[in-house]
Amino acid sequence: MPTALGHLRICDFTGQLAGAGATKWLAAFGAEVIRIEDPVTMGLWDILRPMPPFVDERRGVDFGGGFNNHNVEKLGITLNLRTERAREILAEIVKRSDVVSENFAKGVLERWGFGYERLRQLKPDIIYVSNCGFGHRGPYSDFKTWGPIVQAMSGLTFLSGLPNQEPAGWGYSYMDHTGGMYMAIAILLALLHRQRTGEGQWVDMACTDAGLTLTGTSVLDWTVNGRPARRDGSPDSNHSEHPAMAPHGIYPARGDDEWIAIACRSDADWRALAATIGADWARDAKLAALAGRFAAQGALDAQLASWTRGFEKYALARELQAAGVPAAAVAKPEERIDQDPNTNEFGLWPTVKHSKIGDVRVDGLPVHLSKTDWNMERGAPCLGEHTELVLGRLLGMSPDDVAKLRAEGVV
Amino acid sequence: MSAAGQAGEGALAGLKVIELASEKCAWAGKLLADMGADVILVEPPGGDATRNYGPFLADQPGADRSLYWWHHHTSKRGVVLDLTGEPGRARLRKLIAGADVVLEAEAPGALAALGLDYAELSRGKPGLIHCSITPFGQSGPRKDELATDLTVLAAGGPVWMNGYDDHALPPVRGLGNQGWATGCHYAVMSILTALIYRGVSGEGQHIDVSLHSAANVTTEVGSYGWLVAKQTAQRQTGRHAGSQPTMPSQMKCADGRFVNTGVPPRKPAEFAKLLAWLRSLGLEERFPEAVFLQMGAERQTIDLSKIGQDQELTTIFGAGRDAMNFIATQVSANDFFLGAQRAGLAVGAIFSPEEAYEDEHFQARGFQVEVQHPEHGRSFRYPGAPYAMQRGAWRISRRAPRLGEHTDEVMREIGEL
Repeated sequence: MPTALGHLRICDFTGQLAGAGATKWLAAFGAEVIRIEDPVTMGLWDILRPMPPFVDERRGVDFGGGFNNHNVEKLGITLNLRTERAREILAEIVKRSDVVSENFAKGVLERWGFGYERLRQLKPDIIYVSNCGFGHRGPYSDFKTWGPIVQAMSGLTFLSGLPNQEPAGWGYSYMDHTGGMYMAIAILLALLHRQRTGEGQWVDMACTDAGLTLTGTSVLDWTVNGRPARRDGSPDSNHSEHPAMAPHGIYPARGDDEWIAIACRSDADWRALAATIGADWARDAKLAALAGRFAAQGALDAQLASWTRGFEKYALARELQAAGVPAAAVAKPEERIDQDPNTNEFGLWPTVKHSKIGDVRVDGLPVHLSKTDWNMERGAPCLGEHTELVLGRLLGMSPDDVAKLRAEGVV
Repeated sequence: MSAAGQAGEGALAGLKVIELASEKCAWAGKLLADMGADVILVEPPGGDATRNYGPFLADQPGADRSLYWWHHHTSKRGVVLDLTGEPGRARLRKLIAGADVVLEAEAPGALAALGLDYAELSRGKPGLIHCSITPFGQSGPRKDELATDLTVLAAGGPVWMNGYDDHALPPVRGLGNQGWATGCHYAVMSILTALIYRGVSGEGQHIDVSLHSAANVTTEVGSYGWLVAKQTAQRQTGRHAGSQPTMPSQMKCADGRFVNTGVPPRKPAEFAKLLAWLRSLGLEERFPEAVFLQMGAERQTIDLSKIGQDQELTTIFGAGRDAMNFIATQVSANDFFLGAQRAGLAVGAIFSPEEAYEDEHFQARGFQVEVQHPEHGRSFRYPGAPYAMQRGAWRISRRAPRLGEHTDEVMREIGEL
């Protein structure tokens, strides 16, 4: 199968998930992504390198499970940018690259002498995409963030919670995943713009901007109607929002911490659910129309919960689906990964080969392209794993040249 | 405030996209349209169902008054076609014949039954890119399951990750139809990738996006904790789910609002800044453990791996966290955010969307944009660009289409009127 992006080279300084997730996409579609890492700090620009989970008792910068997950199919080289020689080598790599990507705090790349102006001198049509929490412009641009901070500042944390409780927020860095997606979109847009016009550019990407667009309907309710999301009873995020549905929620199922999601989109869905329940309370005429169910939502939830509690969640979800009601078990990781035939048939959990970790499964991509699909076979690079390969292939250096650079502390 | 966004022609100018209206693909169409693509939104007679989604302008329902609709369909043109009849289908085929991309979220097999699937549409048009978004993908045992945003996020993993320390409370789904949004992000990445390939090869292709799969690979350690180490993450209040419990990091401030206190100080310089901040607030006297902050500040290094073994170090580290939590209870959420960030500590105020939108930072970035609504004789303020491109920039070119607004215009363009 041909690759979609095999003609592109990315000079990649990204780390963590918000950056590395973007270039994971590009690498999976065939782009040559060269991670530039610092040998002095053992590549710890990316704090995930030595972080759990681990496949076994081995530890160190080459064994982080999250790092491997986010960096499959990339090459990794080391450059000690404190040295003049390393900066010369980086300049040569930039000249041969289509994109420079990074998600450092503002100003880091500039301090090494590789701000956008310099990059453009080296390669006039270079695409430089910087990604940080608050962006490179604006009063907070010197502030630091990570996923949960981005989620907090952009309204997303606020919008996840039950009434009369503190925010539940997101139990993972939704905006690191999503910030990485917007970074990938920005890179691809800039590449298409270059394809059409020949022009490169700098894209200043701020994860908080992207996050705030995702709360846009609430923003419009404020700017158009003057209704704030911070008001009594808001948020109530397991109940329906757009559109109005009732019942709509997450209900207990048989067992400890087992749950099922049920959504009645229409009166017909409710009739199907009520027939499945088969109890007098469900036949109450006051519940026949949405307005009545909405008015009684609290009591309806309690009665529904007392019914769902008696059933195994997957069996009940199947029964409701058969009756025509949208329902799904709240899946635990082991259930959706090891027991869901759909994710496995989709090929969602490919096994990659990592030079030290060995064979390990990773998050695949939730898409299939009929002619140029993604591919993940190689695990994340060990620190400096491809220094010799890349400097040889790209700059014509011999293994002896690279050994000398290593002895001099350049790589 | 910027007028409708950034200047210049969008990166996708010249691209024609035919979108079959559905809540599942609306966001993807918007992302393409705001970048300059000519996105033609095809609705059935009577309009797409999401025109009835609240909230509404002045709380009065109406086909052209849904703010959900306004937000998801900026920069698009709208046409009405009845695809239940052959004349409507013929017009759609003609429309697609002049297009680059088809974007749709019909049930698997539904378009094939109408002779409008990729196999049919791409005949004689090898450059066509056809993106299908469905709850469970085009094939697979669950492909025909009914789904809403809630059930996709429940089945796909995100819901399991969100909620409270108290597991008697149900897990939580975040608002905003984020399950749809995540699938749409992957759809846009796929379409742009396919466009780049078409640019070098001339070839189009079909794209199969699964919303359930998209949720599944968007849970961070939820997935790879299990894939790598067979660990099951457990939800916790306002912070990452984990296979081992972690300390709370969400605090209620003096004004009743919440903050995320982030990662506690870990470097001597951070302890020094935290102590200076505590002093500047006049709170040192009320925090007896301040002496440990001083000790942290005076250390050469702080080896995090020694926490739990080295008693003094453990006390210093705990005092850093306690100081953050203590200060939070004494000041407003906004003051906590600004004070901690100025001390170099990554924390966040938990803003509501309107608080974020009105905040000076987002304003300074030009995030507030005015969009004209001529029929109301005024403009409204919208969310702005997700990325600041220097060239080929993001721009809302027009408000969402009124029902059938561009039917005649577009039919004339394809010689059907």
